[in-house]
Amino acid sequence: MSGWLSVRSIAIVALVLALVLLPVYVELGGSRFLLTLFTRIIILALAAVSLNLILGYGGMMSFGHAAYLGIGGYAVGILAHEGVSTGFVQWPVALAASALFALVIGALSLRTRGVYFIMITLAFAQMAYYIVAGLARYGGDDGLTIYKRSQFVAPIDLSNKVEFYYICLALLVGSMYLVWRIVNSRFGLAIQGARSNDTRMRAIGFPTYRYKLTCFVIAGTLCGLAGALIANHTDFVSPAMMYWTRSGDLIIMVVLGGMASTFGPLFGAVALLVLEEVLSGITEYWQIILGPLLLLVVLFARGGIDGLLGKVHHG
Amino acid sequence: MADLLRVENLAKRFGGIVATDDLILNIPEGELHAVIGPNGAGKTTLIAQLSGQLAPDSGRIYFAGSDITAEPMHARSALGLARSFQITSLFLDLSVLDNVALAVQAHAGHSFHFWRNARQEAELRDPARAALARVGLSARADLPASAISHGEHRQLELAMALACRPRMLLLDEPMAGLGPEESSRMVATLRELKKELTILLVEHDMEAVFALADRITVLVYGGVIASGKPEDIRSNAQVREAYLGEQEAVHA
Repeated sequence: MSGWLSVRSIAIVALVLALVLLPVYVELGGSRFLLTLFTRIIILALAAVSLNLILGYGGMMSFGHAAYLGIGGYAVGILAHEGVSTGFVQWPVALAASALFALVIGALSLRTRGVYFIMITLAFAQMAYYIVAGLARYGGDDGLTIYKRSQFVAPIDLSNKVEFYYICLALLVGSMYLVWRIVNSRFGLAIQGARSNDTRMRAIGFPTYRYKLTCFVIAGTLCGLAGALIANHTDFVSPAMMYWTRSGDLIIMVVLGGMASTFGPLFGAVALLVLEEVLSGITEYWQIILGPLLLLVVLFARGGIDGLLGKVHHG
Repeated sequence: MADLLRVENLAKRFGGIVATDDLILNIPEGELHAVIGPNGAGKTTLIAQLSGQLAPDSGRIYFAGSDITAEPMHARSALGLARSFQITSLFLDLSVLDNVALAVQAHAGHSFHFWRNARQEAELRDPARAALARVGLSARADLPASAISHGEHRQLELAMALACRPRMLLLDEPMAGLGPEESSRMVATLRELKKELTILLVEHDMEAVFALADRITVLVYGGVIASGKPEDIRSNAQVREAYLGEQEAVHA
């Protein structure tokens, strides 16, 4: 582990400081668009943190993680549409629905391995996508506008953009802390053991299926929270938010940032979404630039951005 | 002494190949019982069935008096039947100490503890360090398991089996691929362990087998052709023909 003055810890401190101070900069005359962009980055970073728990630490290559974004989002959207706008109902329902979905998908897909696991999680997520797209009452393909953000008691006001930004940031930091605690606990070591060598884990007495399923449900629930946030952020939910390419984006964030690292998903989300923003400002064929960049990271920096920062210190 | 492990009429076929043929085996508590036989005699298949990795086609397995034929791997392990692998099967991306600590954790109740830092729990780390010390790996504790030598992997395997605080060890070729010096260290470690544990040892290294075993069972084509004390096995004509003679011919 590197000391406090390593390149990696400086990068972490700088990034966190920048995120904390961003609204101040905006208030002082910076572009308001930055606040919107970074709220979105923070929420998707939270989703990536949850994916990292199963993908990075658990070795479970889920290709359907965006489904929880949709489920969490639609829980908020549908309840708002039906006149239930209190967050004290919306958010628990968002989390519970995501947890339930994860339990069902996980119970079935964790019986398979490798490519089959990837395909079955993808298939379930696409199924959820088509079900949501078929909900004519809630806008179907066109999506559903949310006219009123989740209501909490004063002083919590999600329609205040700065306040909402800080709530998202706090939830992100809280989730990262939660995941950090989990992966270093007995449960976390059991999960990492199962990633490393599942057969051996069972041979020494771990019923790995139960642990993996629990991990899968925790990750899904956490991503459902990101879904509830993103619905409030865009004031709109649509099936597109759970399309399989969105699941792919989340995987890219985790791999780019560094799998099985606490700050990796945050690095990955910031890097991917900022690059997307900058490159799409330069050319409309920005993906031609982004693609090879990602390829380079995957080929030459196995530990992602987090791993690179660690190496700078040692080199 | 009562039999700790009892195998009755065990049979396993893979298509047309008979891997285990009506096999009977009794191992009393405290014995080091070696199972030898030429390649393809079904030794690893036997261990796989004893540990629960493979289900037999017929026959029964009793451990400490109870029928474990239908028990899954983790349940057998919990009863005190620990297995080491022929092909080194470790958690290569975790540290040496983490590997053993996981084995301890497997027997320290369920692992639905989400908050406390498991790498700081003395209850897990102390027995793990003790097991590493017994096989002479203390100095390697904090290295990733992928960074130590093949011989050290075998010792780590053993430390993990020991950390489960088993009543009986199933050792699948613990000397495989070891140099002479590493082999003799492994023999010395096993000699210490047999004082307190029942051991079933599958091994190709005849020198080690005859140095360690209380009794030896010889398998050929999945069936037992002889079973008895080392001196009886050494002088058994059938065994010499089927197995030892073959080796002597090779050495000659």
